[in-house]
Amino acid sequence: MQTYSYYPGCALERNAAVYHDSLMAVAESLDLTFTEVADWNCCGATEYITIDLIPAYALVGRNLALAAEQNCNGRSLVAPCSACFLNLKKADHYLAQSPELNRKVNQALAAGGLHYEPGSVHVKHLLEIITEDVGFEKVARAVKRPLFGLKIAPYYGCLIVRPVFDGTFDDAEQPTSMDTLMRTIGAEVVDFPAKAQCCGGHMTQISEAVALHLIHQLLKNAVDHGADVIAAICPMCQLNLDAYQDAVNKHYGTNFHIPILYFTQLLGLAFGFGEATMGIGQELVDARPALANIQVKPLKPVKRKRPSKTELPMPPKLQEVRSCLKNE
Amino acid sequence: MDTSVKYVRGPTTHDRTFLEEVIAQTPVDDPRLAYCVQCGTCGGSCPSGADMDYSPRELFAMIDANMREEVLSSNTPWYCVSCYYCMVRCPQDVHITDVMYTLKRMAVREGFSHESNAKDAPDFSETFIDFVENYGRSFELGLATLYHLRHHPLNAVRMATGMGFDLFRKGRMNLLPTRIENIDQLKAILAEAKAIGGNGDANL
Repeated sequence: MQTYSYYPGCALERNAAVYHDSLMAVAESLDLTFTEVADWNCCGATEYITIDLIPAYALVGRNLALAAEQNCNGRSLVAPCSACFLNLKKADHYLAQSPELNRKVNQALAAGGLHYEPGSVHVKHLLEIITEDVGFEKVARAVKRPLFGLKIAPYYGCLIVRPVFDGTFDDAEQPTSMDTLMRTIGAEVVDFPAKAQCCGGHMTQISEAVALHLIHQLLKNAVDHGADVIAAICPMCQLNLDAYQDAVNKHYGTNFHIPILYFTQLLGLAFGFGEATMGIGQELVDARPALANIQVKPLKPVKRKRPSKTELPMPPKLQEVRSCLKNE
Repeated sequence: MDTSVKYVRGPTTHDRTFLEEVIAQTPVDDPRLAYCVQCGTCGGSCPSGADMDYSPRELFAMIDANMREEVLSSNTPWYCVSCYYCMVRCPQDVHITDVMYTLKRMAVREGFSHESNAKDAPDFSETFIDFVENYGRSFELGLATLYHLRHHPLNAVRMATGMGFDLFRKGRMNLLPTRIENIDQLKAILAEAKAIGGNGDANL
């Protein structure tokens, strides 16, 4: 049994409630306990730091101080939202690096009777604890209904792999931990080169065209590579890709219908929980048709044709195109 | 670290150059921005770079050249999506995303933030902050409603009838904000933080 302090963040209270609910179900299967930091406040997202510097760090500082105060046995603090995770981790790191910032933030915290010693809370993302602390073997043992045949594009987004402070748990540009996790639960992982690109964050509100461009790139990349579902790990990513898919289709004349599920929902399905328990249906682009692709048995691996000895070596896709042309 | 004048290149109009000011107000970056080698890796990595008035590289050259007004009234910092691609790739380890935040704060403080085509962005941030300061939590419905009614009334109607309604129908939107228990403590902390110099020269 592993116990963590838990910082859900504002989005998981409502918009991403299914992320929280599916996580709690999955946690039980994986022997994890989460103790919510009592009376936590908003992390400020990317907004507070735009207007005020010291208050922005003090806002996050209060959460760190509360987590440290309520943390009995040096537990790690887990945040499932990438923006919350980044803000907590970055504040802790910058406070440790800059004595001046630390002095000012702690002076502000003292007005509320709090104090934070940089480095006393170890901030981790949810994906990190599932892939590293729990491990793939334990995940594999919890699987009851593998997601055979379901093609997943694992979408990491920006903030859990970047920036690199004290070494992240995965590569900053081509991360692979969620790929392995999705294969562990039986799913097929498609190549997804845009996996760590930005969803546009708050740009949907400020300059919609910029955001739609970024969302379009991501959707197109996943669909081009044959994905049935995009697995998300951040409420902002999920919201942008799910709720703005319609706007992208209108703007670009496309016809994307690719559901965006939280990776915890997919884990839960594989662990034998029902679709209703996992909150399937709360997404705006319905995931049920895609989930119908789940097979009872693993798909047979496609056998590659042996290349002809007389012809020049060609990339497989071009050969396919040529054989199609010949048939016509 | 000592931030004295050893890396000053541009002409000086104030006691300090614009470059020194930006560095002084960017926590931890000090003084990496001065070591920018103008390689352009940042602009080449930027997902929204094509829509910026100036690429980050250009902007840093302009900062070095003391082009204060042009820098602070450009849309570049506001079009930064905070994805940190540039920051992990920068060979000089400039904390580019943090520099962009510093430029946004300076633009708001000095009244330049309504000059660019991203003129509504500061109000979005301020509306967001209002909810955080009064409730301790963010509030999506209130934020979207207030911000859009103020700036894009047509958008507000479109969102209320389209996506907003869908999210509400799926039970994904709260009608009322949540207030944390110890909001007084948070208010006291933020008031003190502002008094210390949230908007002034942080000198970090």
